[in-house]
Amino acid sequence: MSDSRQVGADPDGQADAESNTDETGNRRTAGETILAAEGLRKSFGGITAVDGVEFEVERGTITGLIGPNGAGKSTTFNLLTGVHTPDSGRVRFDGTDITGWQPDRIARQGLVRSFQIARELEDMTVMENVMLAPPDQFGEGFWASVLPGFRGRVARQEAELRERAWETLAFFELDDLANERAGSLSGGQRKLLEMARVLMTDPEMILLDEPMAGVNPTLEEKLLDRLHELQERGYTFLLVEHDMDVVMNHCDPIVVLHQGQVLAEGGPQLVRNDERVLEAYLGGTVES
Amino acid sequence: MTPAPLGQLLGALRARLDAVRGVVGNRQVTDGGTVQRTTSDLRFVAGLALGLYVLFLVLSLLGGFQSAEAVTSRLQSVTLLALVYVMLTLALNLQWGYAGLLNLGVAGFAAVGVYTMALLSLPADGLGLGLPLPVGILGGFLAATLLGALAALPAIRLRADYLAIVTLAFSEIIRLLIRSQPASEFTIAGQRLGTGGTDSLDLPPNPVKSLLYENPDQGAFVAVENPTVIGDRLFTAGEAVGFGPSLVERVVYAVLMLAVALLFYWLLVRVGNSPFGRVLKAIREDELVASSLGKDTRRFKIIAFAVGCGLMALTGMLWQMEGGGSTAPTTFEPELTFFVFVALILGGSGSNTGSVVGGIVFVAVLLEAPSFIQRIVDTQFGVPSAPETLFDAFTGVDPFLGYFLSDTNISALRFIVLGAVLVYLMHNRPEGIFGGRTEIASPIDLSDRSGTEGDES
Ligand SMILES: Nc1ncnc2c1ncn2[C@@H]1O[C@H](COP(=O)(O)OP(=O)(O)OP(=O)(O)O)[C@@H](O)[C@H]1O
Ligand SMILES: [Mg+2]
Repeated sequence: MSDSRQVGADPDGQADAESNTDETGNRRTAGETILAAEGLRKSFGGITAVDGVEFEVERGTITGLIGPNGAGKSTTFNLLTGVHTPDSGRVRFDGTDITGWQPDRIARQGLVRSFQIARELEDMTVMENVMLAPPDQFGEGFWASVLPGFRGRVARQEAELRERAWETLAFFELDDLANERAGSLSGGQRKLLEMARVLMTDPEMILLDEPMAGVNPTLEEKLLDRLHELQERGYTFLLVEHDMDVVMNHCDPIVVLHQGQVLAEGGPQLVRNDERVLEAYLGGTVES
Repeated sequence: MTPAPLGQLLGALRARLDAVRGVVGNRQVTDGGTVQRTTSDLRFVAGLALGLYVLFLVLSLLGGFQSAEAVTSRLQSVTLLALVYVMLTLALNLQWGYAGLLNLGVAGFAAVGVYTMALLSLPADGLGLGLPLPVGILGGFLAATLLGALAALPAIRLRADYLAIVTLAFSEIIRLLIRSQPASEFTIAGQRLGTGGTDSLDLPPNPVKSLLYENPDQGAFVAVENPTVIGDRLFTAGEAVGFGPSLVERVVYAVLMLAVALLFYWLLVRVGNSPFGRVLKAIREDELVASSLGKDTRRFKIIAFAVGCGLMALTGMLWQMEGGGSTAPTTFEPELTFFVFVALILGGSGSNTGSVVGGIVFVAVLLEAPSFIQRIVDTQFGVPSAPETLFDAFTGVDPFLGYFLSDTNISALRFIVLGAVLVYLMHNRPEGIFGGRTEIASPIDLSDRSGTEGDES
C-alpha cells in the first residue's frame, strides 16, 4: 500500500500522479462523502463544547473548519479521531461507522490528525519521531524485533523507511535537525514535524489543527502547494485555520463553527458574505 | 560514608562515560552504530567490574579475610547479587525505562517465578509435582508472564498510577499468600503441595549441581562423593588453588549467571533498537501521539510488561537456587522492588547499559560496601558493642563508630546512604549515570543518508 501513494517522498511524483488521476477523478466527480459528522455533541461539565455538529467532507477536498476561539473546532477533531467519545451523535468514515473507536484504530483506518499544540516525542530524535509513523512495520512485532531470523527483514524495511523519512524531512526543511532531540525544536519546527509525521502514516484523510501557526510565510506557501499536490493525488483534508487569507484561497468548502454549532457551510464566496459569520467574528471584516 | 566520595565516584564514572561515548555534554546523540556502541559499552562495564573487584579485594584484605578461598567466596556472593540486580534492573527498564509502565511489584513477580518452579519441580514425595527442572523453570517464567499480563490488563488502559497501585498490591498479596497457613501445605487430588509458609523452602537442586554431581538431590555431603566427570575435573582444579567443592560449585554458578545476564542484555538491546522499542519509547513520551499514529498501544504495553515480569521471575529462580538453594518469603518484600528502582534510576532509566551499570554500582557501593567497611572496623577496633552510657558514647569515639556500624545498624546506615545518594542524584544528575543519552531505536543507522540521493534499489 505504501507503493501506490508515497507521501513526502517522490518529489516529482509522476508515476503516482498518473496512476491515481482517474481513480481520483472518478471519486471526485462522484462527490462521494468520505467523512460525516452526524449530530455530534460533547460537554465538559457545564460547557457544551460541541452541540450537535453536523457536516460532511467530500473526498478529495481541502475543507476548511473555521470559527472563533472556543467555537469547538479542536473538540470536534477530538470527537472525529476517537480522542473523546461523543455524548451523542455518530462519526462515519469511508462508509464505516467509527463512533467510539479507539484513536489507533481510526488512524489505521486512514483518518489521521495533527494536534493544535504540537505534541512531540521530546526525548526521541526528530528522525525517530518520523520513523515511528509508518503503518505495518514488521519490526513492531516483539518476536520480529528479537529473533535473529527476522532481523534482516526488519533492517531492510527500516532502510526503505529511512529513505522516505529523509525525503519527508528534507521537504519540511528539518533534515539538518534529524538527529536532534525533538524537544529542542522551535515552535514552528514542531508544527512541521507534526505534519511530517502525519504524512508518513500514509493516511487517506488528514485533519490538521492550525498546521501553519508559527510557520514562516515562505514555508507556509510551500506547505499549501504541497497540500494541493496531495489533494490532486486523492488525499482529503480537513483544515482548521485562523488565517482568513489561507482559508478563503485554499479551502473549499468551508464549515463555520460557532458556539459548538455549525453556523454556515459552503464555498468561500458564500461564507464570506454570510451575515451571521461576520457577526460571529464580532464585526471582524473578512477580506477577500 | 558520605556523599562526597560517592560524588567523586560518579564524577569519575561520568568522565569515563563521556570518553566512552566520545562526546562532551549531556544531550549528545550517538549514532545508530549499535554494534560499535554495544562493544564499547561492554568494555566500559568490564572495566567498572574490574575496578570494583580490585577495590573489594583491598577491602577484604583490610577486613582480615585470611585465605584466597574466603576472599573468593565473599567476592562470589557480591558478584551474584550484582548480577541479580543487573538482571532485575534490565527487566524493569523494559517496563519503566522504555514503556513508562510503573511496576511496583518486581519482588512479587520474582516470587511467583520461584514458588511456581518449586511447586512444579520439587519431588513428588515432597511438596511438589516432581516435574523436571526445565519444566519448572519454564512454568515459573510463564506464570509470571501471564500474571503480569493479567494484573496489568485492567490497569494498563488507565493512568500510570493505577498500574503502580495494582502491582504493589499484587506483590504484597503474593507474598502474604505464600506466607499464609493454608498455602504452606495443602493437598490437591491426593498430591501434597505447599509453599512452606513463613519457613524457608528448599528448592530443587540447581543445574550446576546436576552438572557437577551424579546425585545432586542427595544432599551436599553425599553428592560430593559422587562427582560427574566435569565435576571431578573442576574439583581437582579447585583443590589446586585451595577451593573446596562448594566454592567451585558457586563460582561455576556465577559464571552461568553471568552468561544469562549477558543474554538478558543482548535480548533487551535488540528490543530497544527496533521499531518495537521505538513504539515503547513513544508510549512513554506521549501515549496519545503513539495511538494517534495508529499504534495499538495496549498491545505494546502488555507485551512489554509481561516479558519484563517473565524476566524478573527467571532472575528470581536463578537467584534463589544458588548455593544452598532455598527461598523464603522475606526475600520478596517491597524493599527489593524499591532497591531495583534505585538501581535503575542510578544507572539511567531508559538505557540498557545504564541498567547494567546501575545494578552493579548499586550492589557494590550501596548494598555490599557498608558490610565490608563494617568488617574492617570490627577487625581494627575489636568486637563492637553498644556504649554503656551516654558519656561513653561521646568520649569513646572508636566504640561509637563500631556501634554505629554494628550488624543491627548496618541496614539503617544503608538507608541513610541510599537517601543521600538519591538526593544527590536528583540534584545533580536526575537522568542517572547513563541517562540523557539518546539510544536510537532502530536496528540501522538512521543518520545514514546515502540512500536518499543515490539510485533506487
Ligand atoms: N478537555 C476539556 N475539558 C473541559 N473543557 C474543554 C475541554 N476541551 C475543550 N473544552 C472547552 O470546549 C470549548 C471549545 O474548545 P475547543 O478547543 O474545541 O475550541 P477551538 O474552536 O479549537 O478554539 P481555538 O480556535 O482557540 O483553538 C472551550 O470552551 C473549551 O474550554
Ligand atoms: Mg482549537
